[in-house]
Amino acid sequence: MSVLVGRGTRVLVQGITGRDGSFHTRGMLDYGTKVVAGVTPGKGGERVHSVPVFDSVEEAVAKTGANCSVLYVPAALAQDAIYESVDAGIPLVVCISEGIPVRDMVEVAAYMKGRHARLVGPNCPGLISPGLCKVGIMPGTIVKPGKVGVVSRSGTLTYEVVWQLTRAGLGQSTCIGIGGDPIVGTRFADMLALYEQDPGTEAIVLIGEIGGSDEEDAAVLIKRSIRKPVVAFVAGQTAPPGRRMGHAGAIVSGGSGTAQEKMERFLECGIPVAKTPSEIPGLIANALRSKRKSKLALVRRKPARPTRKSKPVQRRRKAK
Amino acid sequence: MNLHEYQSKDLFRAAGIPVPPGDVAGSVDEALALAARFGYPVVVKAQVLIGGRGKAGGVKVVRGPEELSREAARILGMEIRGLRVRRVLLTPSADIAREYYAGLVLDRRNESPLLMVSPAGGIEIEEVARTTPDKILKVPIDARGLPAYRARAAARFLDTAPAVQKQIVPILRQLVQVYRDQDASLAEINPLAVTKQGEVLALDAKVVIDDSALDRHPDLKAWRDLSAEDPDEIEARERGLSYVKLDGSIGCVVNGAGLAMATMDLIQFHGGKPANFLDIGGSSNPDKVGFAMGILTRDSRVKAILFNIFGGITRCDDVARGLISALDRSKVRIPIVIRLTGTNEKEARELLGQRGLMALSDMDEAVRAVIARAAEAA
Repeated sequence: MSVLVGRGTRVLVQGITGRDGSFHTRGMLDYGTKVVAGVTPGKGGERVHSVPVFDSVEEAVAKTGANCSVLYVPAALAQDAIYESVDAGIPLVVCISEGIPVRDMVEVAAYMKGRHARLVGPNCPGLISPGLCKVGIMPGTIVKPGKVGVVSRSGTLTYEVVWQLTRAGLGQSTCIGIGGDPIVGTRFADMLALYEQDPGTEAIVLIGEIGGSDEEDAAVLIKRSIRKPVVAFVAGQTAPPGRRMGHAGAIVSGGSGTAQEKMERFLECGIPVAKTPSEIPGLIANALRSKRKSKLALVRRKPARPTRKSKPVQRRRKAK
Repeated sequence: MNLHEYQSKDLFRAAGIPVPPGDVAGSVDEALALAARFGYPVVVKAQVLIGGRGKAGGVKVVRGPEELSREAARILGMEIRGLRVRRVLLTPSADIAREYYAGLVLDRRNESPLLMVSPAGGIEIEEVARTTPDKILKVPIDARGLPAYRARAAARFLDTAPAVQKQIVPILRQLVQVYRDQDASLAEINPLAVTKQGEVLALDAKVVIDDSALDRHPDLKAWRDLSAEDPDEIEARERGLSYVKLDGSIGCVVNGAGLAMATMDLIQFHGGKPANFLDIGGSSNPDKVGFAMGILTRDSRVKAILFNIFGGITRCDDVARGLISALDRSKVRIPIVIRLTGTNEKEARELLGQRGLMALSDMDEAVRAVIARAAEAA
């Protein structure tokens, strides 16, 4: 099982004729993703890796039934490309592009409020449900199907952690990079809620970094309403204040947004924090072990919550 | 990109925010000429891209040409927290009755700009937030900007005099406009002063422009003060790399910002000190690797270099090629520890092997190794 992308995902690539778009379309096809359409205005009728190219998202959706778009467009054009996908009714829009002005994203965020579409990114590597579907640029070779959900603000650090999980025999349900910008469409809290509901996810790895307060918000949410075990890691303990560490959103400003603050908040909320990336697989394995042990107790303790979401989880576990 | 006070004031002035007259001088003679124009007493303010100028002695009211010559010469030569003062702003001194604060920041949690006003002006807003948070009024800014009624509420929060409130309302609305139009990530007036004559003035100004938006503001881009930045950091930016100099002894070359931060943290965790943050980015252009090597080998504090590459989009063999050609070009005397894994790892190992270089595949192992090598070299 997986969240957001899976077998039924039909991908449309915005900017498919560009260098990055074409390169990563190949990568997605090779992974087995159903890439059904590409869009580059003015290049309708062409083909890229035998994927048909259309002039507009609307036309591509009408002709191919695409239900997810992924953007490899220049930063200056990204806002318009996001609007085009959202307006064409695409429920999942994944923006890989980096360097989008914050004002553009403020406007996008305001536009998307109350709309049904979900934006992932920008400035993100996308997401992958191992063995099922890859949308974006994550290397398919490092993942393995399994039960750990991974959510991260980073790209290569995510790969590092996923690879360490895979080597430890801990496969993943879905891995997602939510992006390193100050404003992103999908936040930790959104992903935690999705993983909580996903019967295929049994534990969650959250990889945060300096800047903003998304990790703090996630910690509070986990304490309040996430029953699956979460292990956190926060990058940037050695980052000097006031300096942007590569990602537009990775900056300690006015003394807030430090890694220490975020780690403390996780610990206060009872969430184990890995001191190094290599500690993560061990902590996850522990969490899964103790969860299995306490499973019956948990079911007995909370009999009043047989929600639709949690039922399949229990059934599936019993079947094991 | 941080703007100087005088640049920020130029933006405010152009937007119709009342700013006292002023101009910058790069020498004592220029300062004297400006003061003659404005009349004494005049304020001399160091123009450096860092806070705490006043405390460091970089702001001075002078009453005559003699005092100005002395003070301008002193301030123009001084260093404030490592930054040399190259220009001073001269501005007539004002009779201040009250000092307020008005500033806009990005509220990441609410995904929108946030206006903050406070009657406790002249001190850092973070300080006010810590000690007397009730003295801050926060006004979220939505697609409408700042409606007049909200600006009036903010003005009432600051001052009881209707005549003063009336002046504050358009200032706040213009400040919101500047923030939006110029793609700012910070626009601050501190202090927003009320003079003894009842006039409201932006006595200090601080604007930070969103780096990602600079391409649509070529005028502002040209304002960048390169003298305030580390030359290596400037060159790195021009080549599309993120580089931040730190004060440790272990140089790092990493692909990806998150992994670069995690690498620095791991160096510290194992008892070392990172010399820098360096993200060579997703593309694997060998030139970038060569350039990175150049920066790090020039830095005498760097005792050993760690490459940490997780091949995804970045191909390990490209990084290896870049490293080898950098080693061909110039002799590197400090030890290099390489960790790489992922895309084209095998090819990279072969290339490095031919040069007698060995690559590790585990990050912890590599970090421990580089710390040991740096300790030997020191």
